[in-house]
Amino acid sequence: MAVTPALITEFRNIVGKENVLTEEADRQTYAYDAAVLTPVVPALVLVPVTQEALGKTVKLAYDSGLPITVRGSGTNLSGASIPEPGDGVVILTNRLDKILEINEQDLYAVVEPGVVTARFAAAVAARGLFYPPDPGSQSVSTLGGNVALNAGGLRGLKYGVTKDYVMGMEIFDYRGELVKTGSRTVKCVTGYNMAALMSCSEGTLGVFSRLILKLVPPPKASRAMLAEYDDINKASETVAGIIAAHIVPCTLEFLDNNTIKYVEADTKAGLPVQAAAVLLIEVDGGHERMVEEDAAKVVEVCKKCGCTDVRMAKNAEEKLKIWEARRNALPALARARPTTVLEDATVPRSRIPEMVAAVNRIARKYRLEVGTFGHAGDGNLHPTFLCDRRDKEEFRRVEAAVDEIFDVALGLQGTLSGEHGIGMAKAKWMEKETNRATIEFSKNLRRALDPKMLFNAGKKFL
Amino acid sequence: MPDTATESGTRNVKRLASMLLELDDLLIACMRCGFCLSTCPVYGATMREGDVTRGKIALLENLAKHMISDAQSVNDKLNRCLLCGSCQAICPSGVKIMDIFLRARAIVTGYLGLSPLKKLLFRGVLARPKLFNSLLGLSSALQGLFIKKTGGMETYCAPLLQSFIGNRHFPPLAKKPFHSRAPSLNIPAEAGKPGVAFFPGCVSDNIFPAVAEASLKVLQKHGVGVFMPSGLSCCGIPALASGDRPDYDRMLRNNLKCLRGASFQYLLTPCGTCTATIREFWPMLADDYSPAEKEQIRELHEKCMDISAFVIDVLKVELPAASNGGPVVTYHDSCHLKKSLGVAAQPRSILKSLPGFSFAEMPEADRCCGSGGSFTLRHYDLSTDIGQRKRDNIVSVKANIVAAGCPACMMQMMDALSRNNDKIKVRHVMELYADTL
Repeated sequence: MAVTPALITEFRNIVGKENVLTEEADRQTYAYDAAVLTPVVPALVLVPVTQEALGKTVKLAYDSGLPITVRGSGTNLSGASIPEPGDGVVILTNRLDKILEINEQDLYAVVEPGVVTARFAAAVAARGLFYPPDPGSQSVSTLGGNVALNAGGLRGLKYGVTKDYVMGMEIFDYRGELVKTGSRTVKCVTGYNMAALMSCSEGTLGVFSRLILKLVPPPKASRAMLAEYDDINKASETVAGIIAAHIVPCTLEFLDNNTIKYVEADTKAGLPVQAAAVLLIEVDGGHERMVEEDAAKVVEVCKKCGCTDVRMAKNAEEKLKIWEARRNALPALARARPTTVLEDATVPRSRIPEMVAAVNRIARKYRLEVGTFGHAGDGNLHPTFLCDRRDKEEFRRVEAAVDEIFDVALGLQGTLSGEHGIGMAKAKWMEKETNRATIEFSKNLRRALDPKMLFNAGKKFL
Repeated sequence: MPDTATESGTRNVKRLASMLLELDDLLIACMRCGFCLSTCPVYGATMREGDVTRGKIALLENLAKHMISDAQSVNDKLNRCLLCGSCQAICPSGVKIMDIFLRARAIVTGYLGLSPLKKLLFRGVLARPKLFNSLLGLSSALQGLFIKKTGGMETYCAPLLQSFIGNRHFPPLAKKPFHSRAPSLNIPAEAGKPGVAFFPGCVSDNIFPAVAEASLKVLQKHGVGVFMPSGLSCCGIPALASGDRPDYDRMLRNNLKCLRGASFQYLLTPCGTCTATIREFWPMLADDYSPAEKEQIRELHEKCMDISAFVIDVLKVELPAASNGGPVVTYHDSCHLKKSLGVAAQPRSILKSLPGFSFAEMPEADRCCGSGGSFTLRHYDLSTDIGQRKRDNIVSVKANIVAAGCPACMMQMMDALSRNNDKIKVRHVMELYADTL
C-alpha cells in the first residue's frame, strides 16, 4: 500500500506531527547504515517517543502493508537497517532511551531499546557492576541494535557476546500486541525461550519494547601484554597454548603484518613493522595474585611458542599504550584509502593462520590492498579491504574477493559472520553455510510471526 | 537575489564548480560508521540524523543535485552545525569535516547569491561536464555577462554582536571597545624575553575588553614584548561560517597586510576560535592565494598560539602549588581549543595554581556549550538546549566560577547561567591569572 496523506495524518496522530519525517532531505539521512551498500530512501521515518506510540506505530504500519525496518543508531555493518525498497518505512527507536532499572541485588537491568551501549555500560559501572559486551560501535550503537544483531566485541572469548546477557524482553508483534518472554530471575523455563530467538533476529520477527539484561561483578585486577612473532603460526600456537593452560584471557587480539604497517605509517608509534603478527593479550579476574600468576603463565607460553619479544604493561599508562595499536587498527586502515570494506568471516581459532594466508592470497589475486586484524581468541577476523567505491572496476574485484573469502571460511568449518550480521550483505550466502532445509525452516518460522513478510523482508534469508 | 560582492561573477561560478569537485574527494572518506553521533552537540539535543555529520555528508554527496532543486533547504541543514569540530576530533577515518562544511557553505551561499541568469548558467555548467572542466581552466568567455561589484571592508562582527544583545542574557557591548583604548601597541621585550603580536579578537574587543587587558597585563608582567598593529580585522570565521568567502578573503588579506613586515616570535590570541581559525582554517583555505600570501599564512600558522598555552609552554612560568579551599573554579574546554589545538592541560595548570581557589573538574568538560558564533542567532532554541546541559554540568560541581579560554563560550555560558538565575561568574583564564599578578 502506498503512503497516502491520510496515512501520514494517522501516523502524526500517534507519534506527534514533528515525529513523522516526510521531507526528502530528512528521509535521505536514514537511507544507509555503516555497510558499504547502496542506500534506499525510506518512504517515511517514524519516531515514537513512548512505548504506547511504538506499539501503535508498528500496528498501523503493518496493517497498512508497509515494509518495516527498525533502526537504532544505524551502525551495523551488514545493511540490516537499510530500509526496504518500495514503500519501506523506518521506525526509529533512538528516542526510547530510558534505563528503567539497574538492580544491584539481583544483577540485572531493564532498558528501552534506544539506550546507547556505552552510556548503559557507564551507568552500570557507576553502580559498581559490569556489562561486558563491547562492540566497536558502543559509543553510538543502541542496546536494541546490539540484541537484534547479537553484537560481539573484544571481550567475547571470556565474557561472551550480547545474547549471553539477554535474560528476557518484551516485544511488539505484528499486531502491535505486547509479548513477554524471559524473566528477571537466573532460572526461568516458562514458555519458549523466545528472548534467545529474538537475539540476532535482525528485525525480522518483532519490535523490541524493553530488554532485561544480565549484569556481572567487575574484575578487580587486569594485566595486558604484547607479543611479537616472526611467524603467524607461532602466534596461533600461542593462542592454543594459552587456552590449553586453562587461562581464558578477557581479550586476545591479533594484528597481521599488513595492519601493523598501516598503523605504523599512520601513527609512527614505533610498532615492529617486520613482525609477521602481534598478539595483544589481557587477563583479568577477581583477585590480584591470581591475575599476576595467569599473566606470568601467558608470558611463559608466548616465549615457549617462539615469540620474538613479549612485554607486559607495568601500569595503566603502559596498558593504554599497548592497546593503542589495536585501537588504531581500523582508523589507520580507514585513512589509507577512501572506502573500507570490513569483513568478519570467522573460523575455529586453530585455523587462523590458514585463513590469514588465504586472505593475502586472494588479495594478491585480485590486486587489492588488505589488512587483517581481529579477535584471535574466538577466531573472528576482520580482513579489511581498502579501495575507492567510485572506481567500479576495483570495487567489483573487492566483491569477488569477499565472495572467495566466504568460500574459504566455510571450507575451514567457519562461519560467514561472527558479529557483523547477515543483513542484506550476506543473505545470499546463508544456504551455502547451512542448507535449503534450514532456510525453509527459518522462513516458516518467520511466516508464522510475520505473515505478510513486512519485518525487514530483504534481510537474513532470501 | 543580488550578486554578493565578488571581483567577478565568472570567477565566482568557476570557483563554485571547482569547489564542488574538491568537495567530492573529501566526502568519499566518510565510511558512515556513525561515531560522530556520540559527540555532536546538535544531535545530542535533537537525535535527528540530518543534524549530525554523517547525515550531512550523505546529503552533500548529492549536493549538485540538491542545490538545484532546493538550495535554501540545503543551506538551512548545513547551518544547523556549531562548527565545533567535536566530530572531526573522533572521526576514525580522518574525514576533513571542517574543511567540508566550510567549503559546502561557501558553495551553497555562493550559489544562492548568484543572479537568476548566473544560476541558470551554473546549472547548465553542472549538467555539462566538458564545459564544467573548461570553466575551471580558462579565464572565461562568460566574463562580460557578469556585473562587477567592489565591496568595502566589512567587519562582520559588529552587526553580529549587535544582534546578540536584544532580550538575551548577554553582557551589553562594552562602552569603550578595547581598540579605542589601545589602537595599537609596540612594547619592547625585556632582555631574554620573547616578542609577540597580539590579536585580541572581536568578542574581547567589543564585549570583554577586560579579557584583552588582562592578557596584556600577563604579558607585561612577564616582560614579553607586545606588538599590535592598528586596523586588524576579524579573524574571518563568521564570514566563513556564513559561506561568505569574498568577505572572509578581504578580512584575511587585511590582517596579512597589518602584520606584514613586523617582527615577532609568536602570534597570541585570548580566543580559542581565533587561534583555531588562524592556525587551521587560514592555511586550509589558502588555495587561491599568492605564493607570498601563502608563505605569510604558513608563518602565522606556525606562530599562532593560545595565550594560556604560551604562558605554560613558552614562558614556562613557575606556578604555586595547588591550593585547597576557597571558591570553586571549574573549567570549560572550548571546542576549538581542545579539539582543534589540543590545549587542555595548560589552562587547568593555571587554574589549579590560583591561590585561594579550589579547582573542580566538571562532567563533560569538553562537551560543546552550544555557542558556535552565529549558530546561537539562527537556532536560538537549539543553542539554549545545548547550553542547558553545559549549565547543569557546571552547577553539578558546585562551582562559584566557570573559566574558559574563548570569549564566545563565555557569552554562551553567561546566557545559560543567567537564564537559570545561577550566581556563578564566568571568567577568562587570563583574567583569573592576571588577578594574581
